[in-house]
Amino acid sequence: MNRFIRLKGIQGIRLGDLIFRGMTLMSVFIVITIVVGITWILVADSMPMIQQAGFNFLIRQDFDPVHDIYGVLPAIYGTLVTSAFALIFAIPVGVGTAIFLVEYCPHRLRIPLAFFADLLAAVPSVVFGLWGFLILARWLQHTGQPWLQQHLGFLPFFKGPPLGVGILAAGMVLTIMILPLIVAVSREVMLTVPCSQREALLALGATRWEVIRHTVLPLSRVGIFGGIILALGRALGETMAVTMVIGNQATKPSLSLFDTGYTLSSVIANQFGEATPGLFLSALVEAGLVVFLITMITNILARVLISRLGPRYAPGVKV
Amino acid sequence: MLWRVWKQVQLRRSNFGPALLLSLVMLLAACGGGGGSQANTASCSSVNRLNGGGSTFDNPLFSKMFVQYANVGCHVHVNYQSIGSGAGINNLLQNIVDFGATDSPMKDADLAKSKNGPIIHIPVTLGTEAIIYNLPGISSQKLKLTGPIIADIYLGNSKYWDDSAIKQINLDLSLPHTPISVVHRSDGSGTTAIFTHYLADVSPDWKSKIGSGTTVAWPTGVGGKGNEGVAGQVQGTTGAIGYTELAYAVNNNINYAQIKNKVGNFLSPSLDGGKEAAANVTDIPDDLRFFITNADADKAYPISGFSWVIVYQNQSNAIKGQALADLLWWMVHDGQQYSAPLTYAPLPDAIVKKDEAKIKLLKCGNSSCYKG
Repeated sequence: MNRFIRLKGIQGIRLGDLIFRGMTLMSVFIVITIVVGITWILVADSMPMIQQAGFNFLIRQDFDPVHDIYGVLPAIYGTLVTSAFALIFAIPVGVGTAIFLVEYCPHRLRIPLAFFADLLAAVPSVVFGLWGFLILARWLQHTGQPWLQQHLGFLPFFKGPPLGVGILAAGMVLTIMILPLIVAVSREVMLTVPCSQREALLALGATRWEVIRHTVLPLSRVGIFGGIILALGRALGETMAVTMVIGNQATKPSLSLFDTGYTLSSVIANQFGEATPGLFLSALVEAGLVVFLITMITNILARVLISRLGPRYAPGVKV
Repeated sequence: MLWRVWKQVQLRRSNFGPALLLSLVMLLAACGGGGGSQANTASCSSVNRLNGGGSTFDNPLFSKMFVQYANVGCHVHVNYQSIGSGAGINNLLQNIVDFGATDSPMKDADLAKSKNGPIIHIPVTLGTEAIIYNLPGISSQKLKLTGPIIADIYLGNSKYWDDSAIKQINLDLSLPHTPISVVHRSDGSGTTAIFTHYLADVSPDWKSKIGSGTTVAWPTGVGGKGNEGVAGQVQGTTGAIGYTELAYAVNNNINYAQIKNKVGNFLSPSLDGGKEAAANVTDIPDDLRFFITNADADKAYPISGFSWVIVYQNQSNAIKGQALADLLWWMVHDGQQYSAPLTYAPLPDAIVKKDEAKIKLLKCGNSSCYKG
């Protein structure tokens, strides 16, 4: 905004600048219009449902078009749990991969290995879904889940019959899907850490690990965090792959990862085609609105966190 | 697999030039021929394109029908989008399509939303469903089930395959003490509508607790997306039970059960069984919105149902209305020959008669759209 005002103050502004400014301004308006438009449609179309059920929509457990009763608590729970699961496993593996690629990997191997990680990001989600359904879920059912039950069955996470599909399978597929995002972003950020920083620490007699711990990670913390937020956004909204492996059965939220579940976007993907006009359709749009809000809230929280992290990201070091 | 596809692409590519030439020639010929036959059939309307949308269940049959329809009579091209029954109803209500197609009849509340007068339901084809299972050592069509047993399984009351009720009617089989893993459709579908309607017919408990529709609040089980999702889950899980369209079970060699019909006979699903159910249904309502599950006839297979085309009775565009009436007439008569090869049951004569009466009801201005 400041820059615009300053530009306005300058006499004899060049035509090229003016046109360019107009174009960028227009782009901004397009983006804003799209976001506002989507929000408007979501809110307007979910109004019938909001008026009818109000807050109950969020805490009811049954989604029952036959009796026109709609609730998405299991779906909200499923969305959050599968995304959290994916983050818990994808962050250490993803950041670890990035550290290896940047700090330890022989130069000759770095590019092919990075290429493989990036390739994972280019696989369409329906392919992950097919793989998850045909291979991962079958393997879990016959090998993975029985093993977990036998050795770790005392934990609340591994209760119930091994069905293959369910929260665990969905979480694992999501983990693999968001991994390349975290790897790619973290790697790029770590590469921007100045060599002088590393050399300075090495000169002081630091080990490789100490260099990573005291220079690389603190300096790239904000960027890595940004990558994680991108990954979380993808995990929250992922539709096709999750729908194929989560079991799509709204059960009472429980700790067991063997349970089948539902996510908000898979509710929409499953039901939209056959939804009849009226409350049913309105309920689906409201489910969309809820995903939208969850994504927005996590994004805002992330930004707040980043701004807290920001100023102190490199203690005692000026970049 | 991929390699084979690539090979085909290469083959096609090498033939691309001549193929293009050939298709151009054919196109020219078709244009010329079209004019000729137009002169022969004086009753053709000037409309040569109709739009429809809805049921995915109907799609394979409709695709075949409409390709054929473009080659006969007035050479009308029908653009059918298989977007799901609900979306088909929506699109008709918003006047986006000329006809919709749905696997479960429109509810009164939806009919009331019409801004263009009454909507007519025309049954166009029949589907039959198989109850599929995965029990090692028990081959296809060996397991016998009854409606109340299936309802109990889907309600979560019967949990093991050696449940006394199941054992009682399968004395010749040695049923294992395996948990029953229930599989249902996760997406809304006509298949589910017919299946749940059947369960509501045979189980008062199901009717009061769950009800019937394209999507219900399933009390138990795993949801698979589409026929392939259900079949995949059943095939991968020992002790699983599910339901799919008959064609899907047959084409994929999945084991399916014999079901006891209302008379008391155990029947394997078949097109004839579906047709028998449709032919023997009594008290058909005037608006043809009815289910034929649990039909009362010796050879009627109990889990079958219609799929409907829905149209406005008052056609605002007379020329289009005429083309539409012609299309519907052809679909319920000549079009039926494509049903059986695609594992749809052809309509019985009694229903065709009723369809004819409905098609004649279509109004273009003051006269009937169908000129016969």
